[in-house]
Amino acid sequence: MRKILLYIIVITSGIIFLARLFYLQVLDDSFVGLSENNAIKVVYDYPQRGFIYDRNGELLVSNQPSYDVMVIPRNLKPFDTTELCNILSITPDQLVERLDKAKIYSPRLPSVVIPQLTKSEYAYLAEKMRKYEGFYIQKRSLRDYYTEHGANVLGYIAEVNQRIVSENPYYISGDLIGRQGVEGYYEELLRGVKGVKYIQKDRFNRDLGPYKEGIFDTLPKKGNDITITIDAELQKYGEILMENKRGGIVAIEPATGEILALVTAPNYDPAALVGRKRSENFTKLWLDSISKPLFDRGLLAEYPPGSPFKTINALIALQEDVVTTEERFSCHGGYFYGRGRKMGCHPHAGPLDMVPGIAQSCNAYFANVYRRIIEKYPTPQEGVDTWANHLESFGLGGYLGSDLSTGRPGKIPTSDYYNQIYNFPTYKWFSTATLSNAIGQGEVLMTPIQLANMTAAIANRGWFYTPHILKEIEGSSIKEKEFTEKKITTIDPEHFGPVVEGMHEVYKSGTAAALRIPGIEIAGKTGTAENFTRIDGKRVQLTDHSIFVAFAPVDNPKIALAVFVENGYWGGRYAGRIAGLIIEKYLKGEITRTDMEDWILTHSLEDEYAKPLTGEPFRINQ
Amino acid sequence: MPKTISQFDWLTILIYFLLVIIGWVNIYSASLDDTATSFFDLDKVYGKQMLFIFLSIFLIIILLSLEAKFYERFSSVIYIFSLISIIGLFFFGKTINGATSWYAIGSFTIQPAEFAKVATALALAKFISDIQTNIRNWADQIKAFIIIALPALIILPQPDAGSAMVFAAFFFPLYREGLSGAYLITGTLGILVFILTLVLSPIWVSIGATGLVIFLYFFTKRKRTGIMVYLSILIMAVALSFSVDYIFENIFEQRHRDRFNIVLGKEVDNRGIGYNTNQSEIAVGSGSWFGKGWTEGTQTKGNFVPEQDTDYIFSTVGEEWGFVGSSVVVLLFIFLMLRIIHMAERQKSQFNRVYGYSVAGILFVHFFVNIGMVLGIFPTVGIPLPFFSYGGSGLWGFTILLFVFIKLDSERMSFW
Repeated sequence: MRKILLYIIVITSGIIFLARLFYLQVLDDSFVGLSENNAIKVVYDYPQRGFIYDRNGELLVSNQPSYDVMVIPRNLKPFDTTELCNILSITPDQLVERLDKAKIYSPRLPSVVIPQLTKSEYAYLAEKMRKYEGFYIQKRSLRDYYTEHGANVLGYIAEVNQRIVSENPYYISGDLIGRQGVEGYYEELLRGVKGVKYIQKDRFNRDLGPYKEGIFDTLPKKGNDITITIDAELQKYGEILMENKRGGIVAIEPATGEILALVTAPNYDPAALVGRKRSENFTKLWLDSISKPLFDRGLLAEYPPGSPFKTINALIALQEDVVTTEERFSCHGGYFYGRGRKMGCHPHAGPLDMVPGIAQSCNAYFANVYRRIIEKYPTPQEGVDTWANHLESFGLGGYLGSDLSTGRPGKIPTSDYYNQIYNFPTYKWFSTATLSNAIGQGEVLMTPIQLANMTAAIANRGWFYTPHILKEIEGSSIKEKEFTEKKITTIDPEHFGPVVEGMHEVYKSGTAAALRIPGIEIAGKTGTAENFTRIDGKRVQLTDHSIFVAFAPVDNPKIALAVFVENGYWGGRYAGRIAGLIIEKYLKGEITRTDMEDWILTHSLEDEYAKPLTGEPFRINQ
Repeated sequence: MPKTISQFDWLTILIYFLLVIIGWVNIYSASLDDTATSFFDLDKVYGKQMLFIFLSIFLIIILLSLEAKFYERFSSVIYIFSLISIIGLFFFGKTINGATSWYAIGSFTIQPAEFAKVATALALAKFISDIQTNIRNWADQIKAFIIIALPALIILPQPDAGSAMVFAAFFFPLYREGLSGAYLITGTLGILVFILTLVLSPIWVSIGATGLVIFLYFFTKRKRTGIMVYLSILIMAVALSFSVDYIFENIFEQRHRDRFNIVLGKEVDNRGIGYNTNQSEIAVGSGSWFGKGWTEGTQTKGNFVPEQDTDYIFSTVGEEWGFVGSSVVVLLFIFLMLRIIHMAERQKSQFNRVYGYSVAGILFVHFFVNIGMVLGIFPTVGIPLPFFSYGGSGLWGFTILLFVFIKLDSERMSFW
């Protein structure tokens, strides 16, 4: 024992030390980061965010310098509080409160005292800054808007939240990130890459120079300037027309799939989300749960498409060879089926074949055609699925896959859906159960952009490009496969002739005959969609939505669009007028139908939107 | 002479030089600033240490050239001279960092406490190897204790509690030479009771101790020791446990209390009293497997760890050389100590053996306290890591300590 005691003690302590070293250095990695924070100061160099131009090269968004007053509480010296408060237009109490907050956050690290000074505040303060030790002015870059329109398209930038910081290692607290619209979707393109400098500190927080002679430092990479497909002039005009209304306009260039205008109403000025009033304004928009200005109706609102959907049913019927263009169906004020059930129709001459069927939007005609499609197959399941397949080839019933930061799939019912709601096979269901699909009511839901894209596919006679918003990056056209490869629909090109003719006839003799634009041949289709809501638990039918799709010119389409106006009575009343004006504006650059323009600008639907709240009765279709 | 050279324990000498060189490499990194010039710049810590190392080589040559008998014969003289040198500090000493432990000669300072350990080791070896001394006698135990305690008590009020504490290392040679195991058991139990009381409470410790004593009394087969022994041990333990609070609060100073509280995890204050330990743990912990590389340690460069070229030099090793490098250093020390114990055991003369054990014991206390402190498992006590830490006195003190033994060992065959 006497001989081995010291051996044992020495060896034991050796083992203890090795174990402790293993724990500290290998097992417990909490010290790794701690040391970096301790001794290495990371300084970021933020590159200029890319500019955004419209399709005509007009600058929409650039950057403006912004100045924050920062404080390092530890470095504060007594100063003239009253003077500083006067310059910054805050009360001494507010200043003291903010300084206390900054001290609680960290006495050594900078905190923002006053964010985003106005230019005059900055000019005045910059001169006096040396008098206030511990304060300094931090320059940042904010967005500067050259347009008051298209806030939903452009998106906005905001400080990253804690969730983004923890999920994406690129961002640190205080960084700005694009949200929604182009800013959100093309964040990485626009932001560039920030440069990093690692600076070795000593324990007094003094700089000792670059860490490892700067081998880990990187230079900032400037953000890319991008050109978007939006026509700023058209966007602006669309937003003006949609004032006092709710809904959306989506206009697409059929030959390329480029989105010319993406209007949602109500909207807001993009500049409202920049600067010191940002959070106040954002809260205001966010809390407006009645008109929902932050809800991009062009992309997100799923409406029943109504009559424009008849055009696609006609196409499917021709493709499935269940009807000829000459075949006539009679209409006795509607379509009767089953035991005394009736799908109503408005008065018109009859019986009708396809072209006037479309032009007059005869419900009975399309009820017959739709049943033929479904009943061509031995079971209604097969029929509905075949029908849904054709629709999917037009980008319906699923996400379009565009480069917009948000979207909805809409809905195209399939046999699975009906099997479920009718509890098949316990109960059977037949084509008549789905008859509302014939006229774009019932289970079918589409977003305005899907409807616009469908119209573009008809304008192209059977193909489309996925709608997209990005046109050029730093002056060179995009090469993304999903936007430069044609999507071919399941409908053969020869079937489009009669349908296009029907849509053309809508303007010549049909439901939009009063909306003709001199000198422009337009093909279009009105839509009037029933819609319901619940008020105090009761199902109430609201005033119908006004819907219109159109493309022009008929033979060489330059623009295809869909217009949705919520509770706009009927297709021709609001949406049809707006569609015509947009087409004229885009193709001619000026408005000759000033009567239509005046009508739209002077008519408001605000009363209509107030009805569910005031309890005023709805007069449906009067 | 050629014959003697082959008798030197070259393995020990090799480890010595490895440690000294690795130590210098780390001192260089720890004391590097942006005005780095040549390795030999005497304005810099690393330059001075380089000089100390070269001077050590001359010192070694002298130490090994002297006759082995010299150390035994002159041990008393050396001891008395050493005592005078530490007493002289009270009159001529220079105060650095609050401790009056240095003599100043020009820009160089000398710390006589580092040499007092060697002197005490020699004196103790001389006393125990005396034919008339029997360490099992009370009288001789007291004399041996005086030899050890005298320098320790002179050093303590300088104040340099760390250096004084090192004298506890002489327990190891005494125990080896026959000091009763009761001291070992009592000491260990005392420390155990003390620490457990700090962590738990006197009542729990007393209950535990009672249970343990009852268990031992009834379950040990050989009942040679009477019930009274067990009882008295129990009473002492309980008494100590209940007086821990008093000792801790009244005899200890605040800084000592703080250091205990930090290590025991009862207090966390990474900015104030726990700063050293915390920064040192960060430095070591951030080293991972292979470290950040020589002179690349961010903690080291930023001077976050205080005293990093002296007492906290091991944190540089941890940060820049990682687990692999730290393990190599720990293993070198362990191997050196085991080698010295082994050498001590092969001595024919009791003087040599006692001295050898003293060397191993002193190295061990330094090693254990210093690295334990850097790794945050021992309270902060300012003593250097042998051969490693910056400082001429320390390096020379340990060099003399070790090479006197190497010399003694080389002539172990030619005795009598």
